[in-house]
Amino acid sequence: MTRTPLRPLARILNARQKGENPDSIERENLRLRHEVMRDKSRGSAQVRLVFLALFFFGVFTLIGARMGTIAASEPVEPRTASAGTDIDAGRADIVDRNGRILATNMLTHALYVQTRDLIDAKHVAQELARIFPDLDEKTLLRRFTDGRSFLWVRKVLSPEQMQQVHEIGDPGLLFGPREMRLYPNGTLAAHVLGGSSFGAEGVHSAEVIGTAGLEKFADARLRDPAQAGTPLVTSLDITVQAAVEDVLGSGITMMNAKGGAAVLMNVNTGEIVALAAGPTFDPNDRPANPTKGDPSDSPLFNRAVQGIYELGSTFKIFAAAQSIELGLLTPETLVDANAPMRYGKFTIKEFENHNYGPMLSVADVIAKSSNVGTAHIAMMIGGERQQAFLKALGLFDPSPVELVEAKGAKPLRPARWPEIVTITAAYGHGVAGSPLNLAAAYATIANGGIKVTPTLLKRTEPMQGERVLSKRVALMSVAMMRRVVTEGTASLGDVPGYAVAGKTGTADKAKPGGGYYNGKVVNTFASVFPANDPQYVLVVTLDEPVETTGPKPRRTAGWTAVPVAAEIIRRAAPLLGMRPQVEAASLDGLVAVKN
Amino acid sequence: MRPVLYVLSFLAVMALGFWAYRENYATQAALRDVTDLQNEIAGLRESLSIERAEWAYLNRPDRLRDLGTLNFDRLGLLPMEPSQFGAVNAVAFPPAPLVTNLPLDGTEMVSGVLDTSADAEQTP
Repeated sequence: MTRTPLRPLARILNARQKGENPDSIERENLRLRHEVMRDKSRGSAQVRLVFLALFFFGVFTLIGARMGTIAASEPVEPRTASAGTDIDAGRADIVDRNGRILATNMLTHALYVQTRDLIDAKHVAQELARIFPDLDEKTLLRRFTDGRSFLWVRKVLSPEQMQQVHEIGDPGLLFGPREMRLYPNGTLAAHVLGGSSFGAEGVHSAEVIGTAGLEKFADARLRDPAQAGTPLVTSLDITVQAAVEDVLGSGITMMNAKGGAAVLMNVNTGEIVALAAGPTFDPNDRPANPTKGDPSDSPLFNRAVQGIYELGSTFKIFAAAQSIELGLLTPETLVDANAPMRYGKFTIKEFENHNYGPMLSVADVIAKSSNVGTAHIAMMIGGERQQAFLKALGLFDPSPVELVEAKGAKPLRPARWPEIVTITAAYGHGVAGSPLNLAAAYATIANGGIKVTPTLLKRTEPMQGERVLSKRVALMSVAMMRRVVTEGTASLGDVPGYAVAGKTGTADKAKPGGGYYNGKVVNTFASVFPANDPQYVLVVTLDEPVETTGPKPRRTAGWTAVPVAAEIIRRAAPLLGMRPQVEAASLDGLVAVKN
Repeated sequence: MRPVLYVLSFLAVMALGFWAYRENYATQAALRDVTDLQNEIAGLRESLSIERAEWAYLNRPDRLRDLGTLNFDRLGLLPMEPSQFGAVNAVAFPPAPLVTNLPLDGTEMVSGVLDTSADAEQTP
């Protein structure tokens, strides 16, 4: 557009000649220009307003019309739409890694009474007490007649009981459908599954809520209607789990132990293939939580996850591995192992006051399980680095496994870390963790040094983890642990064909108030197999075992936990599809390593 | 002409009414069918889940182990052991079918010398 000048020269000159003020011409022109601008913007604003008004009118009409049709039409169920599988099940199933059912739902009925419809309350009370021996006839009759109109009698009924109740034939007795959680394998994997109970209950349905274990941890996932049709796939293998529980159960009995735990984990993925704890319980009929006494006396106590024990000499391999990783030592370096060792007012002794010294190679320190040798290695490493390494292995944090109990089971360690703690922690005293923590740490060493995050769910993608140990050192550590089995403290742990490597640990049981029990120990055997290509880690812990076949009772892991672990490996390894292999001649000494 | 048209259109209306009546009832019957089918599906699905639970219950490891023990004399089942792994090349191939040109009816006399030396046995 052409822009009119505010001070047209011709008019200005003209005005000057006439002696008028040329500024008034400028003001006049400015005013005209502003008027044009104002008209234009008013026009566009009006157009905008009209558009907006039309838009709102249209939308409100649409909403109003829709509300009108909804209000006017009869509500009917969509009969023609096909029902998908995703809306039928209340709570998703839990299956093992091969799709075999661990937990599923079953339709049963609950029994309730509408007292105003009862015809013969006395007869009904009498008959119900006959069908359900745990109900009391007098209490029932009192409840039927004390004025309430409604009461629950049973939460679930078996079909036979339901038929018997039908045969009473009273119109006041009514049934409500119930989805009941069923664990068809009984006690199998009870500590993993946990249990479930009814939440909010109505006449037509009741919600099933997880009360412990995986059922509680994954409650939101299991109840999600969108995923109800797809079962939750765990990493467990029912066959292996059954074999492990079988052997562990006999082991606990034979070793006169109070309890025990076994964790079998894939070292490359962190998947837990079997997790057993004894004594066990039936999740279909879960006992009540203990309200007093020691929680570990209850069968509900999951020793593999909740059992925070000093794990003893199984920690020695961490000190050895770290010292080699830091370049301080090699497996052949001789370290001082002259027992007993004095540190300030403390005396560090070997088992039964042996003296393996004066000098031992690092590999022999592990094979003979020398406390003094480990203490010297730990002093070389120093407290700071030792703590950082144990933390990197996940030994200071609760296990991230998918069990609701795991969060509460925080490993114990002293608040301050003076050098004496560095020494005792190196051989597993003064720090405590669960067998599952230990299994994850051993898996980290066994898979070549990548940190393992244990899981109970089947992994579909490869595990991600940071590197805590170089592959060379990890292989050396496994080779050192192999010597523990071939010529060290775990000689009963050898399973021909599977090249078991491992480390025993015997720790005195700590009293709740402080100090240690005399003659009560926790024995642990943490093993890796096969040593030449580690695939699985097995940790077996026995609580207060004692082996009594010899002339005097034996309480070391080599006599209790190790034979149990060996039997588990012998039974479980073929089930895991592992073919026994002829072993390479020697695994100690030089190991060919590819980085 | 016009009365014919009237009659025809009246008949057409009658025919359409009859058609609509039938369609209406056919639709309602189809909807009832669908409802029945859906109830049946729900029932079948429920029994399927019960069958599945029962299958899992009957195949629980405890029971299988007990059954294996009970029927040990007939089945001889024991827990799997490392020594039970075999190599594929240890499994014998089925023998090749016997090829013969002899007529197999009636009696035939065959005579010759059997070579029982070690050389002959080495040839496959």
